[in-house]
Parts: sequence; C-alpha cells; structure tokens
Amino acid sequence: MDSPAGKAVKATASRAPMAPPRSFIWTRRIVLSALTIFALLPVYVMVSSSLKPLQDVTGTFRWIPAHITVSPYLQMWQTVPLGRYFVNSLIVCTSAAALSVALATFAAYAVSRYRFRGRRVFTLAVLSTQMFPGILFLLPLFLIFVSIGNATGITLLGSRTGLVITYLTFSLPFSIWLLAGYFDSIPRSLDEAAQVDGCGPLRALLRVMIPAAIPGIVTVAIYAFMTAWSEVLFASVMTDDATRTLAVGLRDYSTQTDIYWNQIMAASIVVSVPVVAGFLLMQRFLVTGLTAGAVK
Amino acid sequence: MPVQDRAGETASAHQPTAPRRRPGRPRRPGRLRRIGLPYLLLLPALLFELLVHLIPMVVGALISFKSLTQLYLAQWQHAPWAGLGNYRIVANFNGSIGQALLHSFVVTCSFTAIAVGLSWLFGCAAAILAQDPFRGRGVLRAIFLTPYALPVYASVITWAFMFQYNNGLVNHVLHDELGITSRPTFWLLGDNSFIALVTVSVWRNWPFAFLVIMAGLQSIPRELYEAAAIDGAGIWQLIRYVTMPSLRSVNQVLVLVLFLWTFNDFTTPYVLFGNAAPQPADVISVHIYQASFLTWNFGEGSAMSVLLLLFLLVVSGGYLLITSPRRDG
Repeated sequence: MDSPAGKAVKATASRAPMAPPRSFIWTRRIVLSALTIFALLPVYVMVSSSLKPLQDVTGTFRWIPAHITVSPYLQMWQTVPLGRYFVNSLIVCTSAAALSVALATFAAYAVSRYRFRGRRVFTLAVLSTQMFPGILFLLPLFLIFVSIGNATGITLLGSRTGLVITYLTFSLPFSIWLLAGYFDSIPRSLDEAAQVDGCGPLRALLRVMIPAAIPGIVTVAIYAFMTAWSEVLFASVMTDDATRTLAVGLRDYSTQTDIYWNQIMAASIVVSVPVVAGFLLMQRFLVTGLTAGAVK
Repeated sequence: MPVQDRAGETASAHQPTAPRRRPGRPRRPGRLRRIGLPYLLLLPALLFELLVHLIPMVVGALISFKSLTQLYLAQWQHAPWAGLGNYRIVANFNGSIGQALLHSFVVTCSFTAIAVGLSWLFGCAAAILAQDPFRGRGVLRAIFLTPYALPVYASVITWAFMFQYNNGLVNHVLHDELGITSRPTFWLLGDNSFIALVTVSVWRNWPFAFLVIMAGLQSIPRELYEAAAIDGAGIWQLIRYVTMPSLRSVNQVLVLVLFLWTFNDFTTPYVLFGNAAPQPADVISVHIYQASFLTWNFGEGSAMSVLLLLFLLVVSGGYLLITSPRRDG
C-alpha cells in the first residue's frame, strides 16, 4: 500500500501517456492542499498546544506558541492517574491481541486448508457481527457477565478479564479473514510436503505455515491491539476505577474544575504513540507481505 | 494441549477409530479426526464469538420482551415478561420516549447521509487526483492516513478543544481572523453541534475511503485508459468514463461499510459531547446508551436496539439488492 508495492503496480495502472492539462494540475494542487490542511490541523493543534503553558491555552487560540514548555507532559500524570490507565490499557490490549492472534491463526488455517460443511456460513456469520452496532451487544453482554459472576464467582464486570474477552472478539473476524487470505497465498505444496514427511496437520501449521505467515500474523496482532486500544463504548461500562483504560480515563481531565487543555493534548499525544507506531509498522509489514506474495 | 497431540498423530494413526460410521460406505482410518479437525480448529474462536456476539444477540432479543428495570438487574432471568410492552412504548411516537427515539433516528439518518457523502467525495477526489506519480505523492499519502492512524478518542478530544467557545481554533479562525461570523459560535451546544459532529466524522472516515479507492484504482487495466486516450479522451473524460465506472463495485462495498460505521458510531459523539449529547446531535447509539444506563431500563433499551438492528438489516439488504448488477443482464 506504500511506495514499493505501489510503484510496482503503478507501472500498469497509470493513466494517459501525455502530460495532464493545466486545469487538472491546478485542481490537484488545490484539492490536495486543502485535504492536507484538513488532515493535519488537529495534529498541529495537538502538538503545539501540548507545549504551551496553561495561560496560553485558556485564552484566545494562538497559532505560534508564545512560550514553550514541557511541563504539561510532566504534570499530566498527577492531574489524573494516567499511569494506571496506561498500564491497564497495555495489559488489556496486549492480552486481547495475543489471544486474538492465536485463535485467528487456528481458525484461518481451517478456513484456508479445509473444505468442510458450514465453512461459508462461519465466515459470513463471523464477518457480519462486525457490522452490527456495539450497543446491541452491550446491554445483554453486561447481563451475561452479571450472571456468570453470580453463578461462578468469576468477576468479569469491572475486571480486565472481561474486557480482554470482549476485545479479542472485536478483531477476530477481520483477523481470520486476513490470515485465511494470507494462508491461501502460501503454496499448498509447502505444508503438504511437511505432512508427507510425517507431520500432522497441526505440526505443519506450527512448523511451516506460521513461519511463512509471520508478516500477516504481525499485521493481525497490531490490528487487534489498535482496535482494543481505541475502544470506548464497552470500556465505559465494563471498567471501574481500578481497571479503567485510557480510552475512558482521558475523559477524567474534562471533569476537573479547571480544564488543563495543554495536559489533555500532551496526554493525547502520549496515548497515540503506541498506536501510530503500530500503524507504521503494520504498513511496512503489509508491503513486504504483498510483495512477497507477488514474487511467489 | 490435547488437541495438538491427537492431531499430531493423525498421519500415523492406523486404527479405524471413527465410531459413528454409516454402513455401506468404506472409510479410511482416522476419518473422523480428519473431518473433525477443522471444527476443532474453529472451536476456540467460535466459543468466544458465541459468548460475546451470538448469545448476547439472542439474550438481547429476549429481554426486549421483558420488563427489565433496575430491580431485576442482578436476576434478569426472573424479570416479568412484558410481551410487546417495550416495543409499544418505544415505537409510540406520541409518547415522550418514542418521540425522542424518532427524533434521534432522523438526526442519525441525516448525519449519516451527509457524513458518508462527504467522506466518499473527499476520499475519491484525493485517490483519483493522486493516482499519477508526482513529486511528494508518497508524503501526501502518509499525511492523508494520519487521521486514521490516531486513536479515535485522542483526535476527537482534540477536535473538542478546537471547537471550544473561548479558546478554540475554529472560532479564532472564523471570527477573529476571517471575520466570517459576527460573534464567536457555540459549536458543541445547540444547532451547530450537528455541524461539529459531521466535521469530525468526515475527518475521521475519509482516509478510509481514500485507502479503499486507491486500492481499487490499481486494478483498472491500463489498456482501458490507453484505448480511451487514443480515441481522443482528455484526462477529465478518462476520469468520467473510465475511472468512475470501473470503481463501481469498490464503491458499492465502500459506501455500505461507511454507512454502517457512521450510523453505529458511538465514540465520536460520546467523546465530543460527553455524557449529554445536545438534541440536534443526539445520534442513535448515544441515545440508546443514555436511555439504558441513565434509567437502567434495559428492556426498553433492548427493544430500541432490536429495532435498530432490523432497520440496518433491511437497509443493507435492500441496498445490496438494488446496487448489485443482475446476473443475466
């Protein structure tokens, strides 16, 4: 999706051989510049405001900060228990991503390598859950967690476990779909050879398929992590003070008597770092994955 | 893990272990295992999907027929049945609850139509204009994807800051610098909150449209362009008569996905407005959320959710029926 793969495809997909007319060039300049400003405006506000002292964010907005300070980045940890939220988010999202990837790998292997009854139904049903509104599941899931708690004594409501279980299913459908496509691109002869050599299907999966699909698996893991990291709806209902994640915890700043906008912006940047890093990483793996698939 | 051990020996298993064998058909040893294996592999994923999605959907439909109020939350199975009572209250557009729901539904529909239209337009324009190589194209692509890479709540909080009355960027630009408005505007209250919501939603979603259309453009064969160019078509005609028709199937799916995401979006309005969404921007997901968790009347909340689901199913199905090309046309 980025340069190397893009360029390779570009050679076959670019348009007319002649140079485009002026009207086109100017439209392109104007539209793309406008969209660039639109896309980057909040990023600029985020970064510049996070470096301003408090009195500069309470008054009229200024494009260029009059004073630059890093103190919002230091004070934001005291205003709300951001560190605790951060740890909660890390634990929940890492666990959800790891479990989601493991489950998706097994399921995708089945979908890719076996023709079994219900295969289409399974894929469709799982994908379609992705399209339903979260609110539809929220109320009943809340009650189900209450019931499980009453019946077995396992607290799922307000615990990280409940959130992990919920989040891992959010990324499962896309993960299965993407990994199944990835496995499809790995030649069957590869794992068949392994099975002829005496490996069972599962050993073939672990020894041959998974190593060959590492870029796809990494992509899926990052996707699962990012999905969980940004989830607000379920986190707002299923967490308590001790287990609150960043997605909800960030709102605590607005409930203070004074709203420290500079600290909110600093916190927004800090919580974005893992996700943006993941996104960049995912892009790189997507490209290597795509080109590798094309070479075969 | 017993699963691994069992499957690991499949290749060397020679005993006919399939017990439930239909008579008359020869079976190879280990057949049950081979048939069972894909299901076994799916089982863990399936269990969690059942727990979090399928069972809740059934339970949700069930409790929409129950009079489930705060009293019964811990023992919801014992809540009395209400028949169609919840639906009567929720769909009675003369009553206050039904009226509010209808209002929220109308708001959501117009919000979705505008936001999806603009997101598609921006994404499509950017993808088509950036199709041919030019200097800085790679950088632009990366920039266009930033709104998509940031966590939603972090960027929506930033927009909330930009929309502030006293110290926000939007009022500063529109009022102080450009003088378009005679006085600063309240963006997060009253009628303007709708505009604010649409703006943030478009900002968030157009990069996805851009990404999808960009991928779609790469599958258009070069010969189509060349043939049209030989016939004397200029670049605008190429876009109009080659690019746009070729994107049809991509657009079909893209618009549906954008519609569902925007219609169901909870995070954007919730983070932008906080717990009390202003009337003009009271979209359905936040409305049901507030109706359910302020009053803890899960029966009515579930009835609303079920109606919402039916609406989405009808619209999605109808949309696919209308837009799909006929097999034998």
